[in-house]
Amino acid sequence: MRSRRIKNVIEEFKGNKGALLSGAFLIFIILISAFAFLIPINPDATNTSSMLQPPSSAHLFGTDELGRDYLTRTIYGGRVSLIVGILAMVISTSIGIGVGTISGYFGGKLDNILMRFVDIVSSIPWMILVTVVSIFLKPGLQAIIIVIGLFSWMETARLVRAETLSIKEREYVLYAVSIGESSKNIIFKHIIPSVFPTIIIASTSSIASAIMTESSLSFLGLGIQQPMSSWGNLLQNAQTNLQSAPYMAILPGLLIILTIYSFNKLGNVLRVFVEPKIAGGEG
Amino acid sequence: MAKYILKRILQAIPLLLIISIICFTLIQLAPYNAIDAMTTPKMPQETVELIKAKYGFDKPIYMQYFLWLKGILSGHFGYSIVTHESISNDLIARIPATIVLVLPAYIISIVISIILGLTAGANKNKMVDKIIDGFCSIGIAIPSFWFAMIMIFIFGYKFAILPILGMNTIGVDGSFTDFLLHFIMPCSVLIIAFLPELIRYVRSSTISQITEGYVMVQTAFGSSKREILFKHVSKNVLLPIITKAGMALPMLVTGAMITETVFGWPGVGPYFINAVRGLDYPVIMAILILSSSLVIIGNLLSDIIYCLIDPRIKEME
Repeated sequence: MRSRRIKNVIEEFKGNKGALLSGAFLIFIILISAFAFLIPINPDATNTSSMLQPPSSAHLFGTDELGRDYLTRTIYGGRVSLIVGILAMVISTSIGIGVGTISGYFGGKLDNILMRFVDIVSSIPWMILVTVVSIFLKPGLQAIIIVIGLFSWMETARLVRAETLSIKEREYVLYAVSIGESSKNIIFKHIIPSVFPTIIIASTSSIASAIMTESSLSFLGLGIQQPMSSWGNLLQNAQTNLQSAPYMAILPGLLIILTIYSFNKLGNVLRVFVEPKIAGGEG
Repeated sequence: MAKYILKRILQAIPLLLIISIICFTLIQLAPYNAIDAMTTPKMPQETVELIKAKYGFDKPIYMQYFLWLKGILSGHFGYSIVTHESISNDLIARIPATIVLVLPAYIISIVISIILGLTAGANKNKMVDKIIDGFCSIGIAIPSFWFAMIMIFIFGYKFAILPILGMNTIGVDGSFTDFLLHFIMPCSVLIIAFLPELIRYVRSSTISQITEGYVMVQTAFGSSKREILFKHVSKNVLLPIITKAGMALPMLVTGAMITETVFGWPGVGPYFINAVRGLDYPVIMAILILSSSLVIIGNLLSDIIYCLIDPRIKEME
């Protein structure tokens, strides 16, 4: 059973060039970010004699307004953006699964309270939450991971809850209840595995949206602060220099698009693993 | 049914109260308050006390909450710490600008997404579906501010055919063509930002509707594909779209923060971002309470509309 599922995924990858490219791109970008320290250029080294240089052989993607090598800064920025995306996803997906399954499985008053809580949290715009939380946390990498993780689980929780509601009416769950299985066992053995497709899709899209949120916040100057770079604050820089150095907008922007696109694509392919019946068809 | 609606309204009130309490607590937790903004360190203690008494800051904390709540209910949001302007007046000046931008963009997006979503869903896995779906995948991945920057570069700098900042050219108030020129870029950015999600939504509900029994019955009766799609499937697809539109109510205030900031559109966006940068708490909290209340009211509206138009819910009652 398991090996057939893996075979399905491999088949899906083989037949789907887009997915293959996405996977390769993500591996490439993760490797580059992991080994960024091998680059002999310091991303924070300023050089006033070569400011806002267009791309050349010395600086493949030019330099910024302080003469820093733009390609190096973008690679280091990618590292920050990816870390934020993945860690924030782990936090938000865990909370989302917890709240969603408990709310859906137990129902009644608990469900009502939890879902109203979800309503309240999701009714507060994230930008405001970030500023408020940043009063308590030192702004920067940790703050932004915690903030995005803590305040982006609501969608996952809603999806998981909806799925749980229908799964708990299935015969095998009803049977498990009738033979006196504990609620904890049912949730871990039956509900969560069945909700897995939803979780996979939700978590890949939440990496993507965490990266997007991070870059938007940093773009607005509310996220990652200089001299640390992220794709978002590189674009903020690019906006100030848009007229004189438009090339600065290209690289970080394309990297954001490709990364988010690849994560979403990958999520679709992984669905084949958890939903064998859609194998062959487009998800 | 009336009972259900009443119940939902009664449920919404405590939510609004809880949000107001959260807001108030956050204001209290802020490192400085409105008094610090109105007084200077040189003022004698009596003057400070007088100012405190004038604005009710000498009263116990729960009384302050009720005074604050009363103010909000009567539309009085207090004063900005930075500019000392009345927040209500600022918001009244800015919200219409945001609505003028977001509402047309959202309506256009819904219309386009219904057409494209139905087409893609009905032709699942065919060429047209792959193109539309590919557009969505890329659209979702494009940061709106990046797209805005590229548009500004191309149409604002390179060809210099569209203005890049603001809602009107200074001095040319009231000219509709001038407004329209300013409107094109931010509106297109918003449409591109709204579209992918909406199209996906319509597409996936179309796909799930097409496997329903009634479609098979219609096919068996010999209805054409187009007829089934636009007469029967579209009705069932429109239902969740309407609820989605209800939930989009708060977007009329906060839906274009980033786009507005990039284009210097005189809406709520830049106002809020500036407040955040200057840690202007009263403004942040006013927008917080306004937008969260709109979310709750929007959800309430969409529930009520859903309940009114979906006969299946009526039967359940």
